[in-house]
Amino acid sequence: MSSIKIRAKRIDDKTQIRMLITHPMETGRNKDPKTNQLIPAHHIQELTLSHNGKVIVNCQMGASISKDPYFAFMLKGGEPGDKIKIEWLDNLANKDSEEHVLK
Amino acid sequence: MFSNNYRVCCAYLFQIFACVQSLKKVRAAYPSIAPCALLLSPLLLASLPLQAGPQQDQQQFREHYRQLFPQLQLQDYANGIYAIDPVARESWLAIEEFPPYEDAIDQGEKLFSAPFPKTGRHYADCFPNHGIGIAHRYPKWDKDKGEAVTLAKALNDCRESNREQLLDAEKGDITQLLAYMAYTSRGKTIEIVIPEDDPRALAAYQQGKDFYYRRQGQLNFACATCHVQNAGKRIRSEILSASLGHTGNWPTYRLKWGEMGTLHRRFRECLSQIKAEAQPAQSAILRNLEYFLSFMSNGIPITGPSTRK
Amino acid sequence: MTETRRSFIKKALTFSTYPLASSLGWLAPFSVFAKWQAENFKQGPLEDTLKHLFKDQKITDSKDIAIKIPTIAENGAVVPITVSSTLPDVRTVSILVAKNPVPLAARFELSPELDPFISARLKMAETSEVIVITETGSGLYSARQLVKVTIGGCGG
Repeated sequence: MSSIKIRAKRIDDKTQIRMLITHPMETGRNKDPKTNQLIPAHHIQELTLSHNGKVIVNCQMGASISKDPYFAFMLKGGEPGDKIKIEWLDNLANKDSEEHVLK
Repeated sequence: MFSNNYRVCCAYLFQIFACVQSLKKVRAAYPSIAPCALLLSPLLLASLPLQAGPQQDQQQFREHYRQLFPQLQLQDYANGIYAIDPVARESWLAIEEFPPYEDAIDQGEKLFSAPFPKTGRHYADCFPNHGIGIAHRYPKWDKDKGEAVTLAKALNDCRESNREQLLDAEKGDITQLLAYMAYTSRGKTIEIVIPEDDPRALAAYQQGKDFYYRRQGQLNFACATCHVQNAGKRIRSEILSASLGHTGNWPTYRLKWGEMGTLHRRFRECLSQIKAEAQPAQSAILRNLEYFLSFMSNGIPITGPSTRK
Repeated sequence: MTETRRSFIKKALTFSTYPLASSLGWLAPFSVFAKWQAENFKQGPLEDTLKHLFKDQKITDSKDIAIKIPTIAENGAVVPITVSSTLPDVRTVSILVAKNPVPLAARFELSPELDPFISARLKMAETSEVIVITETGSGLYSARQLVKVTIGGCGG
């Protein structure tokens, strides 16, 4: 099951693309209250947004982004049938991707 | 100098004293109606807040907040602090654009629809209307069990009758089930009933109400101290929300928790924060507290699941 | 100006292979990307991060960058921000939280198909300025907003 939820909304002649990703975004500086051990850093490092196969956003991020990250972008235009794809890669080499077709 | 308990005791003693004095005056002025005065005195006692019926409690409760927040309509209380703190409201609206509880609704629907492995039955079999659009009527008085049943308790009772282990009542799977059930009731107004034909229901309500107004713990606060007397004011950096509408936005994704949690989780957290005893989630006293608070909030729309700080 | 363009092109080349790689599902330039990550997402003061990101390039304050963010954060764990700009030719947008242990929150490279508009949710360790720096065809521009973060009093 994908960790990425995508929503697209037409606003005038643009398309707002929103995403909510399930990810702990651990900084590596928090301690587990039960074990008193540091919880290892585990966060997304790279995120890309593609439109009809072409990467239009390349994002590098760190753990200063909140848990369960949310992002929104504004695409100029955007036609029904256009494919939106979001991919992420984290510091432990996990990755996920999700596609959404504009209505 | 004088402790709050001492002051409260004095206040009650004074009230009783004043009552007796006025009765004495009536008796002195109208000796022939002294027996009537004695008959009337229970009515006088009935008018003291301690003895008022739930409907009267509700009216007084709302009137208090109407005075404090004249700009608010009843339904505004559904959004708690966001109805009275504009900066927090802006932040909340930004997060509502794509709220973090959405996943809980989806997961909750999956959990709700899955059959119980041992019996093959479903959660839907335990609830009226297959569990859809009913959250606004909980807590419900259960005549057979003789207790106020919250939605969380009803879910666990259902599990028990299907030979499943009970779920933690503060976090985890239960919050997903509750998120789904609350979502199907979104917009419906809270509708809590205290059946008149069962005095135990009123007693449960009363127990919840007494708990709410009772000072307790090291800080000697009652729930009412913060959420009635000081609603809208700050305690350190926090603005205190009104208790009116406190029960309709659950379960919630609390930013502080970074995850979903139930109303009872919040009750317990608050009790710990005032350094009072935090009774177990879904214990009788907390269910009765929820019963009382929900009844106070009748008519306010369900906004669960929600995000809160 | 030449300095800006040179370093920008250098960076653009570094990243131009990545989109191709990622669209092929192949992340060979990971080592290059990993080095960039390590340098710019290092724990340290804001000045060091700015130096790594932008070397000694001039950053000009601009009124054409709008930051929508609560002036008092409800909870430092989730602070919603929306950045938008009317500056022409915005290529990258960097969001930094001055007093965070790792000041750089995220850096976005935006293709011309997108408006210079980004929403995100930030973690803020304490009361701090949130700084947005855009790289445009004509240089670096920035805007900043102070956000108060309380530890949460009784009940918080």
